[in-house]
Amino acid sequence: MAKSIDVSDLNIYYGDFLAVEGVSMTIKARSVTAFIGPSGCGKSTFLRSLNRMHEVIPGARVEGKVMVDGQSLYEPSVDPVAVRRQIGMVFQRPNPFPTMSIYDNVLSGKKLNSKRMKKSESDDLVEKSLRGANLWTEVKDRLGKPGMGLSGGQQQRLCIARAIAVEPQVLLMDEPCSALDPISTSAIEDLIHELKSDYTIVIVTHNMQQAARVSDETGFFNLKATGEPGQLVEFNSTKQMFTNPDNEATEAYISGRFG
Amino acid sequence: MTDTTLTPVDETGRHSMPLQGAQLPRYAPGLAAGIAVGIAVLAVLLGGVGAVAAVMIGWVLLAVGLPAWSRAVEGPRKAADRVAGVLVWSAFALAMIPLVSLVWTVVSKGLPILSAQFFQNSMRGILGEGGGIYHAVMGTLIITALATLISVPIGVLSAIYLVEYGKGSKLARVITFLVDVMTGIPSIVAGLFAYALFVIFFGPGVRMGFGGSVALSVLMIPIVVRATEEMLKLVPDELREASYALGVPKWRTIVKVVLPTAVAGIVTGVTLAVARVAGETAPLLIIAGLTTGANFNPFSERMATLPVFIFYAITEPGIYDEEMAAYAWGAALTLVTLVMVLNVAARVIGSVFAPKTGR
Repeated sequence: MAKSIDVSDLNIYYGDFLAVEGVSMTIKARSVTAFIGPSGCGKSTFLRSLNRMHEVIPGARVEGKVMVDGQSLYEPSVDPVAVRRQIGMVFQRPNPFPTMSIYDNVLSGKKLNSKRMKKSESDDLVEKSLRGANLWTEVKDRLGKPGMGLSGGQQQRLCIARAIAVEPQVLLMDEPCSALDPISTSAIEDLIHELKSDYTIVIVTHNMQQAARVSDETGFFNLKATGEPGQLVEFNSTKQMFTNPDNEATEAYISGRFG
Repeated sequence: MTDTTLTPVDETGRHSMPLQGAQLPRYAPGLAAGIAVGIAVLAVLLGGVGAVAAVMIGWVLLAVGLPAWSRAVEGPRKAADRVAGVLVWSAFALAMIPLVSLVWTVVSKGLPILSAQFFQNSMRGILGEGGGIYHAVMGTLIITALATLISVPIGVLSAIYLVEYGKGSKLARVITFLVDVMTGIPSIVAGLFAYALFVIFFGPGVRMGFGGSVALSVLMIPIVVRATEEMLKLVPDELREASYALGVPKWRTIVKVVLPTAVAGIVTGVTLAVARVAGETAPLLIIAGLTTGANFNPFSERMATLPVFIFYAITEPGIYDEEMAAYAWGAALTLVTLVMVLNVAARVIGSVFAPKTGR
């Protein structure tokens, strides 16, 4: 059920401000693609434009084409809600719904859309999603407790469980480990490896070791210059990126000689 | 080490500060206040000083004496702290005087008249003894409930528009401005508005409880809009985005994520708005009027309410002015209790609906 994404000549704006310019790439199905680059270079903005979350911000808009499995996301006839049901997202900071229990948080994608489910069906889905997010054994005895009572790492895995419970084609992750300790980070990286067989995963990270560990392909974003829009500098297989990058700027950034 | 002061010098030449110093005992402020009060009382008893002058003497003694004592023992920084402490406590005491005095007056004058009969009887056919405020309590409850029924949907939906849909748009700015203006509308003007509105339909001299509800909702809507707006703004955008990212449409996100998260604050705000308008007199004076009997139909004829009842009982008591004054205080105590219950209810509701952390 995973799908590939083709991006061509994508310009992303906040109002009149051009934030990211001229990105073209192909994200392969059933693989992990990582985006690295300095802060403010447009990685997250680009990621959010892949499931039409970018336009949630007032004044934000996109020019160019994003094709998922042959369908263009930015055609006028496309319903952004339908897009987001296919392309799930995990955010930088864990954001479980504070009014809901752990159980309801996992089911929130279904419940908020008023899908009626049998008790046994929803029990199965909760267990499957929580097992998928490596959280089941830790919370199986307190599913009725509020999701906000979990630790930061557990909350983030709860958010991942919530995202995979709606069975999307693609999973976007915006720095999912930046607020987590090394043990939780490692749990989530293991999880990404497992999810790879079923989902197309795109992850933004500031941690280059993490990009090297989890991803098959890597994109390096950078600003052209201060005050100029961000751009995709190099897109290559992770192995090549970290051993023998084509671009000098990439090598400088990866080896820490940047800036 | 040639330094001979009390503070020792370490090898880098920096003075290290002693971490311990002399301190006044913990009971020092209480003791000082006690002494000041004692001297003031002595001044009244022995010196024949007036009460106001005695209070002033006591206060000045405390405001000068405690810091001076502190300065002698603890040093200038702690003394400044004592000065600030005395000033803050004095301001607090001043603010409490009218509140305590008001509660005391209302309770002491209103309590004697309260009885089961006082709440069961109306004033129909009663001159002097044996009357009650049943009609006025019912009128206040009906009119306020109707006003709430009108204002809450309008107020909450306006706030949802302002926060979720109209952010930054011209219309939203105009609405926000108008809401601010409405907040400052004098209640008598709201009453005149409701009266003028109902005169159009029912002719001059119209009186009905529902008109009072309309007037009160004019006062209530801006409060509800403001309170709800603030609460909706407090809901983090991350929650909205989390919901959108799950493929939930915007309206469902608002109904099922944003409102439940903010409901505690919204309910608290609405309850406080109800408490605020329950005691309004001027608009009800104009449009709801006063009767002696209970009227349960807000759409016809006059309807008595507690504030209006109090007003007439004091200003036009007739020959039974003592009884009427007693009724007025009883009604005042009832009204204050009603408002207080609403405030307590707001707090309870707020804590019941608040999102739980499970810790």
